[in-house]
Amino acid sequence: MSVDYEALKKDRAQEWRENLRKGMSAKERTQIERVKMPENEPLKRNKNFNEVNKGLSEKQAILEAKRCLDCPTPTCISGCPVNIDIPGFIKQIEKGDFLESAKILKDTNALPAVCGRVCPQENQCELQCIYNKMKKPSVAIGHLERFASDYERNTGEISIPKVAKSNNIKIAVIGSGPSGLTFAGEMCKLGYEVTIFEALHEFGGVLVYGIPEFRLPKKVVRAEINTLEKMGVKFVKNFIVGRSAGLDELKDQGFQGFFVGSGAGLPRFMNVPGENLVNIYSSNEYLTRVNLMKAYKFPEYDTPIIKAKRVAVIGGGNTAMDSVRTAKRLGAERAMIIYRRSEQEMPARIEEVHHAKEEGIKFLILTNPVEYIGDSEDKVKQIKVQKMELGEPDDSGRRRPQPIAGSEYLIDIDIVVVGIGTSPNPLIPQTIKGIDVTRWGTLVVNEETMQTSIPYIFAGGDIVRGGATVILAMGDGKKAAESAHKYFINK
Amino acid sequence: MYKVIEKTVLSENVAKLIIENKTIAKNRKPGQFVIIKMGEIGERIPLTIADSDTEKGTITIIVQKVGTSSHKLFNLNAGDHISDLVGPLGQPTEIEKVGTIIAAGGGVGVAPLYPIAKAFKEAGNKLITILAARTKDLIILENEMKEFADEFMIMTDDGSYGKKGLITAGIEEIINREKVDMVICLGPAIMMKFIALLTRKHNIHTIASLNTIMVDGTGMCGACRVTVGGKTKFVCVDGPEFNAHEVDFDEMLKRLNAYKKEEETSYSKYLKDLK
Repeated sequence: MSVDYEALKKDRAQEWRENLRKGMSAKERTQIERVKMPENEPLKRNKNFNEVNKGLSEKQAILEAKRCLDCPTPTCISGCPVNIDIPGFIKQIEKGDFLESAKILKDTNALPAVCGRVCPQENQCELQCIYNKMKKPSVAIGHLERFASDYERNTGEISIPKVAKSNNIKIAVIGSGPSGLTFAGEMCKLGYEVTIFEALHEFGGVLVYGIPEFRLPKKVVRAEINTLEKMGVKFVKNFIVGRSAGLDELKDQGFQGFFVGSGAGLPRFMNVPGENLVNIYSSNEYLTRVNLMKAYKFPEYDTPIIKAKRVAVIGGGNTAMDSVRTAKRLGAERAMIIYRRSEQEMPARIEEVHHAKEEGIKFLILTNPVEYIGDSEDKVKQIKVQKMELGEPDDSGRRRPQPIAGSEYLIDIDIVVVGIGTSPNPLIPQTIKGIDVTRWGTLVVNEETMQTSIPYIFAGGDIVRGGATVILAMGDGKKAAESAHKYFINK
Repeated sequence: MYKVIEKTVLSENVAKLIIENKTIAKNRKPGQFVIIKMGEIGERIPLTIADSDTEKGTITIIVQKVGTSSHKLFNLNAGDHISDLVGPLGQPTEIEKVGTIIAAGGGVGVAPLYPIAKAFKEAGNKLITILAARTKDLIILENEMKEFADEFMIMTDDGSYGKKGLITAGIEEIINREKVDMVICLGPAIMMKFIALLTRKHNIHTIASLNTIMVDGTGMCGACRVTVGGKTKFVCVDGPEFNAHEVDFDEMLKRLNAYKKEEETSYSKYLKDLK
């Protein structure tokens, strides 16, 4: 994807923006302290599923927007997988035109209220911000993105991005997660007739089954999906491409292009003894029960979840953090992370680790389960763990954990949640004849175009990456839309 | 929304529902299942497809009320709607000509056995069908199953119908009499466990169709995992049928009881609300 720096330059040269820049010196701007996201109190919020972050007030947002220097060559944009016009939307906030700011966000990002909450900005746009060079905390781009999109949603004056006249080319999107939604939005804007097929009974993929309410309220996801619907994207639920109907059947119905965003599949386990004991969950199951099926409201809702005093979550990623914080909210007295490397190597966002600690989560680092022990009903009652130390760096560049001989000990436990990742969903690779698949079960794509070995099929997100973030999946969707458009123009 | 076209009560706790869903009717194969969810608060439950009518665009399922969700389903009537229905899921049965086959079905397991047995018969096998239940009233699809079987037997625990005894006794009688090439069984896990023990002794290839707890049913959550041949398998995408001699039925039985307490809480609340 390329950033259109010429267009950005033109926008930057507008009179109002020049006036804003003149209104306050760079020195004054850099002296403002970075805003702190207002949060609900840790020891209260760990007992409910309400959102942890409260969002910025208008005053806070305008002040934070002033920190942005409106750089002539904004480096932040290159750090964004979907290349949002960052200074553009921030300066609208400074000016006080929040609705216009939201509109700019939506021009390049189908899910700004989602990204403003779950993107790892600290490793992306904010990492490229000029403030880093001055050894100061970057502009809070993520908080501002969230502010503008929340403002728009709360006023109810939701702008619908402009859509080109229909070109009558039907496109099917498989999966309604972040990559599929983004691809659908972009293609719809270009005039394609897009239908999204979703296997579950709700749209949003990992945004609704995986990420908990306290980090991403479902109403936020629903609002962004509504916008896509208003743009003209069609949504079909309870439909599994490859099972409910094959690709050939969809082609017979007139679909000419496809995007596979079928996401994560089978949960990975460690293959240690006792892993199939009762009360050992995968993160996918634990979170799906609670988020998608609302098991935290059992028995008002029919889907149950086991609530217990002692819960261990295996893993150090965002999914593991979501699981352990969920366990705490379900009433666990002792909820802990068990991770085989040290805290530095944890793939989870710093904010999530920080929030988890505030909420009373225990961290057992450099520790690895080697066996689960059950009671007479085969319910897990103990974990045998082993202490680890860090050795030489492995392929990922992180230091490889090695077991310390003779360091095993037992931990009493009621529930275990295994959150060590997933393998790609096997259904699509199994059911699309002739599509190239890697030995890990992910789809092979040209990284520049996201095109699979079958030219009219594009793919993105976890089915290509194996396991990544919402924003990288969205970046894939956007890139795929650009190249799918080229493919159909040249066809 | 998917409309219930017809409902037939088969016994006090068992009903047959014919539900509209053109896509599933067209593409389902023997051995596959669907996931049903009823309304906003409903849970996702797997149910094996008993039959379908491509022309009318309907599928048939048979439900036995044992808890909240199955009771809700049992209470539906013609004209009612089901909010969510997805499928067909799972790997279809591998139908081939193997010779003589015993199709053994227990309780409501007979319903999903029906299309499988029929397909094996159509593939040119000699089909011996054995249906079993606790008592006479719980025998379902007797006439339908009888129609295409080369030999047909009914077993009841209490002897109120057919022969008295467990299904394994009926199977053993046939094994002792003639050469059986394959057994396919469908029913309560405990029944399939004992069938597997019996046929392993006689070295007869046996397929069991497993009905475990599922949430999404599409290969995402792992609730349905079972140990087969020492490896963890997912019933929803690797199954539901497996080599019965390799299935760890004891583990499966315990995992099926994982939510026993919660299921009781939910069901007593449901029955109370019903009044």
